[in-house]
Amino acid sequence: MFDDFFIRALIAGLGIALVTGPLGCFVVWRRLSYFGDTLAHSALLGVTLAYSFDLNIALSVFIISSLIALILIQLQKKTNLPGDALLGLLAHSSLAVGLVVIGFLTFIRFDIMGLLFGDILAVTTDDLLIIWTGGALILLVLKLIWKPLFASTVNYELAEAEGLNPDRAKAIFTILMAAVIAISIKMVGLLLITGMLIIPAAMARNISDSPQKMVLFSIIGGLLSVLLGLFSSLEFNTSSGPSIIMAALVLFILSLINIKQSIKLKN
Amino acid sequence: MSSENSTLVKLNNAGFKQNDKWLVEGVSLTVEKGKIVTLIGPNGSGKSTTAKIALGIYKNIEGSVEKYTNKVGYVPQKISIDWTLPLRVYDFMLLTENIKDEVIDEALTLTGVIHLKNKNLGNLSGGEFQRVLIARAISKKPELLVLDEPVQGVDYTGEIALYELIKRISDTLNCGILLISHDLHTVMTATDHVVCLNGHVCCSGSPMDVAKNNEYKTLFGEQASQILSVYEHKHDHVHSDKGEIKKN
Repeated sequence: MFDDFFIRALIAGLGIALVTGPLGCFVVWRRLSYFGDTLAHSALLGVTLAYSFDLNIALSVFIISSLIALILIQLQKKTNLPGDALLGLLAHSSLAVGLVVIGFLTFIRFDIMGLLFGDILAVTTDDLLIIWTGGALILLVLKLIWKPLFASTVNYELAEAEGLNPDRAKAIFTILMAAVIAISIKMVGLLLITGMLIIPAAMARNISDSPQKMVLFSIIGGLLSVLLGLFSSLEFNTSSGPSIIMAALVLFILSLINIKQSIKLKN
Repeated sequence: MSSENSTLVKLNNAGFKQNDKWLVEGVSLTVEKGKIVTLIGPNGSGKSTTAKIALGIYKNIEGSVEKYTNKVGYVPQKISIDWTLPLRVYDFMLLTENIKDEVIDEALTLTGVIHLKNKNLGNLSGGEFQRVLIARAISKKPELLVLDEPVQGVDYTGEIALYELIKRISDTLNCGILLISHDLHTVMTATDHVVCLNGHVCCSGSPMDVAKNNEYKTLFGEQASQILSVYEHKHDHVHSDKGEIKKN
């Protein structure tokens, strides 16, 4: 019926969508989309290091992204620069360093397009293991920190005053962001990972009236995007990342119909 | 005699400095179980800052805070909630602790907003939202309740009813309350201990003591100290949230 690589891509994509759904909601709620971008850009450096030292790609991306997040926090404390400038600085300089390093690695043939936009052919059985165990771990940790993270997203001072330790939750969430980028980079590509986080969540916002529903719809939207995207990628021979993101965009546009109706109802 | 065990939070010569400017300094106060401590003072006198110090929101403080409880309910003065979040009153009630449905309903009924339970938080009026904030804080059955201008934006009859409710909660839950209010009437009638702030502690003591204090008079005017003579009487009735009178 389908080739093995396609089945692998499906299993990988669905696993990723299960994780990006809830995490994406927090990215939207906490306005972290540019932060996600920065971590994703730095992932290129992680990939080059993985090739240079023969490391696992997900692991090396996870380490570099976490490192970049740490540097960001330090810079925020020590400089007077606004957050978005620091994010831009880190995003583009880590991307640049990554590209320069690739230039030196002449002995390896790099599929740059695959790195930027994802490549379903690249997904191996080992990757599936990483995606599903890593994904399960991410979701478990997210569940454990849900209360403080959500409460501090709504209002930091309430969470802090009532003893929920929001700073710890925020730090752990940052690590989860790095982890989700690490497990999805091969599939979605580093330029489009943030899209996978944001677009299904944004779609879900349009049709939800409670946080739980938004998370649920975000997951469903992500799963549908992966299915639609991968099948069209197979059909039209397009890159997997852009195809998945386009499917998510279509779902988002459909969800706008719901907004128009509810606005009409209010008037 | 009050033992150390009844102390919920204790500030020792506490202060907080932001951008090299003292917001408040040298505050010492103790909130005990079943007692209401009220902070009064003009705008910018450090009332909210003192509350946040007591709650542990500010980290780099001068002096020290000893907090003996983790069951805290907080009604902040200003709350900015991001409406990118779809949040109903019901979700908000569960924000920091999982609370049983009956308890939520009871708290929302007490503050008169049970009919808003499934409404989106963003669509509430200022007064309605304030009632939800109070309901959320009391539904946790806290040991320490910190209320920063809890009845702002609430209509006049509601204001009285809510203050009666706060007093009742302090009695029934035996919790300590740190109250910030600029409604001197309430302060003088319902409070055990008043701390008058103006960047530092001007004076403190029982409502009677404070009202007689000269610094208090200069801050609030002669008029304010006479409030006591009007309000120093025993209540024999309470008001429900609809303004009806109930005999005690």
